[in-house]
Amino acid sequence: MTLKPVDRRSVLQMLAAAGSAPFVLKSTVARAETPLTVGVLYSGSKQDYGFNQSHAQAAAALKKQTGIKVVEEERVPETIAAQRSMEGMIRQDGAQLILATSFGYFKPHVLEMAAKYPDVTFAHTGGVWTAGMPENIGTFYAYIFEAQYISGIVAGHMTKSKKLGLVAAKPTPNLLRSINAFALGARSVDPTIQVQVIFTGDWVLPVREAEATNTLVDQGADVIAAQVDSPKVVIETAEKRGVMSCGYHSSQADVAPNGYLTGAEWNWITPYLVYAGSVRGGKKPEHYLRAGLGDHFVKNSPFGKLVTPEARAAAETARADLIGGTRVIYSGPLKDNKGNVVIPAGIMQSSNDRALDGINYLVEGIIGQV
Amino acid sequence: MDPTSIGWLALPLAILGGAIRVSTPFIFVSIGELITEKSGRINLGLEGTLMLGAMAGYAISYLSGSPWLGVLSAGLAGMAFGFLHGLLCSVKRVNDTAIGISLIVLGTGLAFFLGKPLIEPKAPPLPSIALGFWSSVPQVRAALDVNALFFVGIALAFAVYVFLNRTGWGLMLRTVGDSEDAARALGFPVLRVRIIATMAGGFLAGIGGSFLSLSYPGSWSEGLSSGQGIMAVALVIFARWRSVNALGASLLFGGAGALGPALQGIGVTGYYYLFNAAPYILTLAIMVASTSRAAPFADAPGELKLHR
Repeated sequence: MTLKPVDRRSVLQMLAAAGSAPFVLKSTVARAETPLTVGVLYSGSKQDYGFNQSHAQAAAALKKQTGIKVVEEERVPETIAAQRSMEGMIRQDGAQLILATSFGYFKPHVLEMAAKYPDVTFAHTGGVWTAGMPENIGTFYAYIFEAQYISGIVAGHMTKSKKLGLVAAKPTPNLLRSINAFALGARSVDPTIQVQVIFTGDWVLPVREAEATNTLVDQGADVIAAQVDSPKVVIETAEKRGVMSCGYHSSQADVAPNGYLTGAEWNWITPYLVYAGSVRGGKKPEHYLRAGLGDHFVKNSPFGKLVTPEARAAAETARADLIGGTRVIYSGPLKDNKGNVVIPAGIMQSSNDRALDGINYLVEGIIGQV
Repeated sequence: MDPTSIGWLALPLAILGGAIRVSTPFIFVSIGELITEKSGRINLGLEGTLMLGAMAGYAISYLSGSPWLGVLSAGLAGMAFGFLHGLLCSVKRVNDTAIGISLIVLGTGLAFFLGKPLIEPKAPPLPSIALGFWSSVPQVRAALDVNALFFVGIALAFAVYVFLNRTGWGLMLRTVGDSEDAARALGFPVLRVRIIATMAGGFLAGIGGSFLSLSYPGSWSEGLSSGQGIMAVALVIFARWRSVNALGASLLFGGAGALGPALQGIGVTGYYYLFNAAPYILTLAIMVASTSRAAPFADAPGELKLHR
């Protein structure tokens, strides 16, 4: 066999053939059946042991549903690149539902794309839809602080030093809500427990997160919790130092086989299916969708081997109470760690109370400052 | 005394521990960059080299089971990148700064791409030497759990000092970096010296990266470096192109970096953004204090294009 010399014409022919192949293939598939194509955008790596991974796991579960096709793109910056990615998913892959999973995608990228493509549904994590925004936008989020409260109860049962450590990124309202819930959970077990918080100042700073963990262990904390984008380093460092740990976002159990107690995890597949259902049913998307443990929007990692039967039982009781509404995490009288009353006696702020949106305090028993 | 509570003593201990734990990658990258800059070129790509080294070290340690083999491969990967930089910059009118920036993007991109399957597996880490064995205080033991690469880094700083100032090859390197014309007149192979110097710099930066993934924090992830390679390049200017100064600067930077978390740990909870910025503030203060109006670039290699 002799090889023909490659000239410009044959290269062009090959390129044209390769370029048209997807269109030929796509039109045959479209004739055979019409699966719902869902496009998912992540701001970081799908394997970050954190927030993006929790979304990627839900996307993988979505893929297993019959009649659903998922296209994904990771590390999409929160810039005009997000619009390009969404537009590509809509025009090239025929996506009818876009799941934009990072906070910064909302304004203006999702808003602009939703106005441009009114037949496509956009669901965004963390944004807040207000009247006047395009009707084809849904915003969803989950009350992860309910799961963090359960983690706090487990940590409160397990600690011997009565001191818990928490490595957090920045004092944003969402994080503060979880930090407080963790402390309230732990202190519901034993009010002498103290929770020490270290803010690293940014979402991803592995070296400083490791330093913070070491400092907390040096200060006598024997359970370390993490509220950073990717808690892997914190959990690993805690394991190296021989203390217990609680995860966040997704499960980090496999990096700490000895000390991992439990963790607060997102369960995004529930809202994903809600939006997939509304697209299939030809309905308007739910504009403001928020839920917690009871609706399976969040969950806890399976208990680690160290967790005692009493701690397990207490966690299960608290879970049932929260779901049943007999226990409300933010209920008065509640003081912040400066001694001010933030929720007076008799007032209960249940999870969907919008008063919690702007939370800017740390509760009594937390060593730290906003 | 309760062994789990050491109160205010935790602060100096955290700074000491931080200096030991955090500074090692800075030592390697800054000394590598120093060798490169002494030859008259600047390689900004060391951030990318650091990430590539971190990934390569982790991969080889995982596949072979030997972390030291991982360190070596990280160095070799870095050296290959240094070779690329050296070669590209040898073409006439190619700007070394621009090549460096493109190598940051290439290095991190390549490391992310090849590192995808490495996020979950656990590679064997570098062993550390328990220098705190004499103490019964767990905090002291933890702070003095020192990695061997830290000592290699210290030895390296002095070795490079001797090499640059007491050997013929060192003199040749400095001549090439100070005056290309003089080096040519003396018959030195200018391009070859620069390429080798950049390769040496890449080798050390790669090793610095392997410390991140194999010792502290000790696993591969895409956010691992968070700008440490760039900071190390800046430390070279701060250290005024002297290797022993670069060692000191790295230690100072590592120790100051521990200040933010440590102060929050002992209960000084306010102003953490300020304390987290301590390394940068300190660096800036020392630079301002040590400037000379008469000869601002007295120590800089003459061929370095920083100040033209």
